[in-house]
Amino acid sequence: MKFRGLIFANLFRKKVRFLLTIGSFALALLLFTFLAVVKSAFSRGTEIAGADRLIVVSRIGLMQLMPISYRDKILAIPGVKAVTHNHWFGGVYQDEKNFFPQFVIDPEYQRRVMTELVVPDDQWNNFLKDRQGAIAGARTAERFHWKIGDRIPIRTTLYGGSSWQFNLDGIYHSERAGGDESQFWLQWKYFDENAPDAVKSTAGWYVVKLDSPDDAVRVAKAIDEKFANSSFETKTETESAFAAYFVKQFGNIELLILTIGSVVFFTLLLVTGNTMAISVRERTSELAVLKAIGFSGRAVLFFVLAESVIIALFGGFLGLVLAYLAIPVIGLALTGLLPPLILSKSLLTLGLGFALFVGGVSGLLPGIGAMRLRVVNALRRV
Amino acid sequence: MVQVDGHGATASLIQVRGLDKKYKRGSEEIHVLQGLNLDVDQGEFVAFMGPSGSGKTTLLNLLGGLDVPSAGSIVVSGDEITHMSRGKLTEWRARHVGFIFQMYNLIPVLTAYQNVELPLLLTKLSGAERRKHVETALGLVGLADRMRHYPRQLSGGQEQRVAIARAVVSDPTFLLCDEPTGDLDRKSADEIMALIERLVREYRKTVLMVTHDPVVAQRADTTLHLEKGALVEAGQRRRVPAGGVA
Repeated sequence: MKFRGLIFANLFRKKVRFLLTIGSFALALLLFTFLAVVKSAFSRGTEIAGADRLIVVSRIGLMQLMPISYRDKILAIPGVKAVTHNHWFGGVYQDEKNFFPQFVIDPEYQRRVMTELVVPDDQWNNFLKDRQGAIAGARTAERFHWKIGDRIPIRTTLYGGSSWQFNLDGIYHSERAGGDESQFWLQWKYFDENAPDAVKSTAGWYVVKLDSPDDAVRVAKAIDEKFANSSFETKTETESAFAAYFVKQFGNIELLILTIGSVVFFTLLLVTGNTMAISVRERTSELAVLKAIGFSGRAVLFFVLAESVIIALFGGFLGLVLAYLAIPVIGLALTGLLPPLILSKSLLTLGLGFALFVGGVSGLLPGIGAMRLRVVNALRRV
Repeated sequence: MVQVDGHGATASLIQVRGLDKKYKRGSEEIHVLQGLNLDVDQGEFVAFMGPSGSGKTTLLNLLGGLDVPSAGSIVVSGDEITHMSRGKLTEWRARHVGFIFQMYNLIPVLTAYQNVELPLLLTKLSGAERRKHVETALGLVGLADRMRHYPRQLSGGQEQRVAIARAVVSDPTFLLCDEPTGDLDRKSADEIMALIERLVREYRKTVLMVTHDPVVAQRADTTLHLEKGALVEAGQRRRVPAGGVA
């Protein structure tokens, strides 16, 4: 490209300003990427939810328990392939800041319903044989450096405050990218034997596996009708709807992120736009000379746009590199407070696209000004 | 031959007829040029003189297609430029006009070589062909050894010589010089004028120059004065053949 020399020479004419603009661009893009990652983390449950799964909770609320006898009744509904039930254990491992979700599971059906959460057969068989057995998600196991065979004490906060002992029999991995690998599973029978009477023979929620996703509406309606007017009415919805509802419990995360993201976007637009406007104003006479010797208005516009897009590319690339390095560290620091923060390829592409868009838009106004510059007036100003 | 009576030959390189230029300054209308006529043949060296505000630079801008007249016509090499679109005029300037400004107007972040190469970037010449042209132009102005220097590393006279190289590198039909020695000391000014004269004598370049300096104006073949918006011939100098004695 024969104009490369001219574009880059102009770009580097004020090195400090160039570096500061790149720096502010990079930091803004780091923030933007972080926000996008957080948003993605919260909505991941919705995105990766099984289309052929329903969640059944008490109509009164998530914390209200339901009889364990519902499992067989749900299983009898046509279109239901399998049902598993879960309970929230709500324990603390060593310190309250070490949060991870602990679920009391139904070993009989867990693997048939949650097919994407894979446990090796030998580990699973050991788990089934061990009443105090537990399975941990790979992320949680890695976080606490657990190995199979470790004894893990968990103090319950809901069921008397005593410490329950578990043997780590297996580690599960999610087959879906971005799947939840933070859970800790314990056996329902062990829980039921040791839980207070009020909690015995209950389930926190049911997860229903369907024969076909097309049956979702019909089966959900059938389940809720089956338990209508009973002491424990149910509310059944698709797993993705449940995940979305669950995220809403944190507040309107999407609006919050969108608001901060918009502020970042406009700030970045103003910073880069201002830099380009100053840069163009400083060399009005040079642009006029270019036009005098035969460069068209469009060529001048192209030069300005190319400069702002290159600034955006440099800044954007740096910002994404920073995000790539920082997000795992931030994610680790926020473990337990936020879902896993994953910087995916699609988010990196989105970040780069965002950078280019901001670069293009911010160069547009100064570029149009340069394009419309009247040579005679500009030269007279010299 | 230079004529200002509007009766020049139709074969003249530059033909200006009834050129008018008015400006609005607030509510006041300023009539800078009024029915100006001019005929310039190829290879002529014309100096325009006149008091400040007489319209010298305006005339140069109109001849260079940088501004449009209020009335009248300008024909260069058979091209009527007064009715060209902005885009066409830009292309026309690139092909036909070489500009030399008082303040040199080099791009400070480009080397002498890159500054001279600028007009060639608009052509379809290859990199090697551009290099050849640039080296020739810089050699012509005596700066072959300063190609990699930036404007800040050159003296005023050298900067203006780079500007002249930039103006001639694409072999334009004519050169427009706006006070080319206005920012130079006498010695440098003499060198620049010698260079411009050489372009006229040896390379048959047509040069139209605005100047305040009578000494500089004397170097031209013809000096024209702008008075009340029209041109008046002030004097002609006998053309001296290349290598001859003035």
